[in-house]
Amino acid sequence: MSENKIDNNCLSFCQPSEVDLQKRDFLVKATAATGAVGVAAVAVPFVGSMLPSERAKAAGAPVEVDISKLKPGEKMTAEWRGQPVWIVRRTPEMLAKLVKHDDQLSDPNLEVPQQPEYCKNKDRSIKPEYAVMLGTCTHLGCSPNDNFVETAEWPGGFVCPCHGSKFDLSGRVFKGSPAPKNLLIPPHQYLTDTTLLIGEDKKAEA
Amino acid sequence: MANNNKTIAAGVLDWVDARFPLTSTIKGHLTEYYAPKNFNFWYFFGSLALLVLVLQIVTGIFLTMNYKPDAELAFASVEYIMRDVFGGNIIRYMHSTGASMFFVVVYLHMFRGIIYGSYRTPRELIWLFGVGIFLVLMGEAFFGYLLPWGQMSYWGAQVIVNLFSTVPFIGPDLSEWLRGDYLVSDATLNRFFAFHVIALPLVLLGLVAVHIVALHEVGSNNPDGVEIKKHKDKATGIPLDGIPFHPYYSVKDLVGVVAFLMVFFAIVFFMPEMGGYFLEANNFVPADPLKTPAHIAPVWYFTPYYSILRAVPPIGISQFPGVVAMGLSVVAFAFLPWLDRSPVKSIRYRGKLYKRWLTAFVISFVILGYLGTVPGDVWGQFGPWLGGADRATVVARICMAIYFAYFVLMPWYTKKDQTKPVPERVTY
Repeated sequence: MSENKIDNNCLSFCQPSEVDLQKRDFLVKATAATGAVGVAAVAVPFVGSMLPSERAKAAGAPVEVDISKLKPGEKMTAEWRGQPVWIVRRTPEMLAKLVKHDDQLSDPNLEVPQQPEYCKNKDRSIKPEYAVMLGTCTHLGCSPNDNFVETAEWPGGFVCPCHGSKFDLSGRVFKGSPAPKNLLIPPHQYLTDTTLLIGEDKKAEA
Repeated sequence: MANNNKTIAAGVLDWVDARFPLTSTIKGHLTEYYAPKNFNFWYFFGSLALLVLVLQIVTGIFLTMNYKPDAELAFASVEYIMRDVFGGNIIRYMHSTGASMFFVVVYLHMFRGIIYGSYRTPRELIWLFGVGIFLVLMGEAFFGYLLPWGQMSYWGAQVIVNLFSTVPFIGPDLSEWLRGDYLVSDATLNRFFAFHVIALPLVLLGLVAVHIVALHEVGSNNPDGVEIKKHKDKATGIPLDGIPFHPYYSVKDLVGVVAFLMVFFAIVFFMPEMGGYFLEANNFVPADPLKTPAHIAPVWYFTPYYSILRAVPPIGISQFPGVVAMGLSVVAFAFLPWLDRSPVKSIRYRGKLYKRWLTAFVISFVILGYLGTVPGDVWGQFGPWLGGADRATVVARICMAIYFAYFVLMPWYTKKDQTKPVPERVTY
């Protein structure tokens, strides 16, 4: 007799016809939604922990660069956020040449925002004499080599050792290079005539 | 449209099933794994242990992203995680709280096995795999505790590694080999890191897998300790007292998970050190090989065995007997399936004799656990009539005697016990 009772009991809670499917559906969705919120909340510290830490942010602070010893026609490299930032002091001859090969460039008019607004000019710079740019190729991130020696075909610039992308002395990319964009110009400003601050540009804007 | 989607999903499933036993695995372990329908509160802790394992692995992976296993850098890298990494303090405290909560749920899970006789035939192998998991877990906890390179990390490792130097003849060489140096040093830290993040987790995952496979082969025990497979529906072959694990127990376990996580995160957010029981204050001081902290004690989950270690006096000049006693006190659990001679499995049908022994064992275990957290002279000394012995040491010795007697005398008292008749079918 007792076995019968157990069987009936099982039937009563296994029988689909007696289940309020609408209610069940609601409960399943409500539970899943609550669980999803919980998972999303717990994901915040985990995903966030992979962002630059406070230490990395501190190390990524703007850097001051003294450019007083940079001679005309030379390049110096500063380090900002662990990456090379080039400062090229261009001679008037170099600047004069730079306007003559626009037809060979991918983006001579600087349509792609690879520079702050205040550098969207023909020399891509605040002061025409000094070009400031991030020395990493826009193709896959190698650091291009200097090739300032002019020839008939080559106005002087940079050649990437990895895949041969070519850039001029304003960091503009030549057509036919694998790199799609001009070299990036980081935010920067002049604190004095010979001191450059790389990574911040509030005063330049003001 | 909905119909169309359904056929696409069914098609994909068919494609997978022809190449991988997906549907049959889900059926065998979830939707058509029939568990006894009379599970109670005690049956939460297996799935909770699995949850904590996942939490430990995930938080552990994220900790290794910033942790440095180098004696010069380890302590600072943990502080770096705590202070400079976004969410690092939560991840670190989840991991440290998870370690203690792992032992909480595993001890409760083991106690469930003991009171309902889950280690008895045909589940001896499940139990042995479980003891293996417990041992590996202790190793995980011990190796992991060195990594923050605080004072307790350092001196805890120093003491435990030196236990091996008490082994006759080969002891000193053995402990030197374990350390890789003449003292606990960078070499020790580096290898403990390897054990903690790679070696033991792999073993642990393997043991958990076979633990569950063996369980699902023979079927779960239940609070009545009767076999539900003895009474099957003649037409379907499904145990009459069984219900599919999913959805019935997956939903039940979900409730347990919610309750557990409330406790877990209350600890993580509001008391991650748990008054010094989960994280000892001295471990916020960098390791100093020249200065031992005034009071050094293991983390709470090791203290019952540590008390046994302390309670055994040296024989001659050898500390080895204490070390052996401590080892035996942990391994003793593995012998339960063969020590228990009772005709019944569950505590529900055992007699008074067994219940008294079990109660004495639990009380002894708790007292030993407490005594392991405090200095040996915490209760003062007896008078000259007992040779001025530390009271706590005498109590620890009595508890240790009861602890081992529970195991050693089990074949005798379980046979002699006046058991009650066991029902044919589960009750609830």
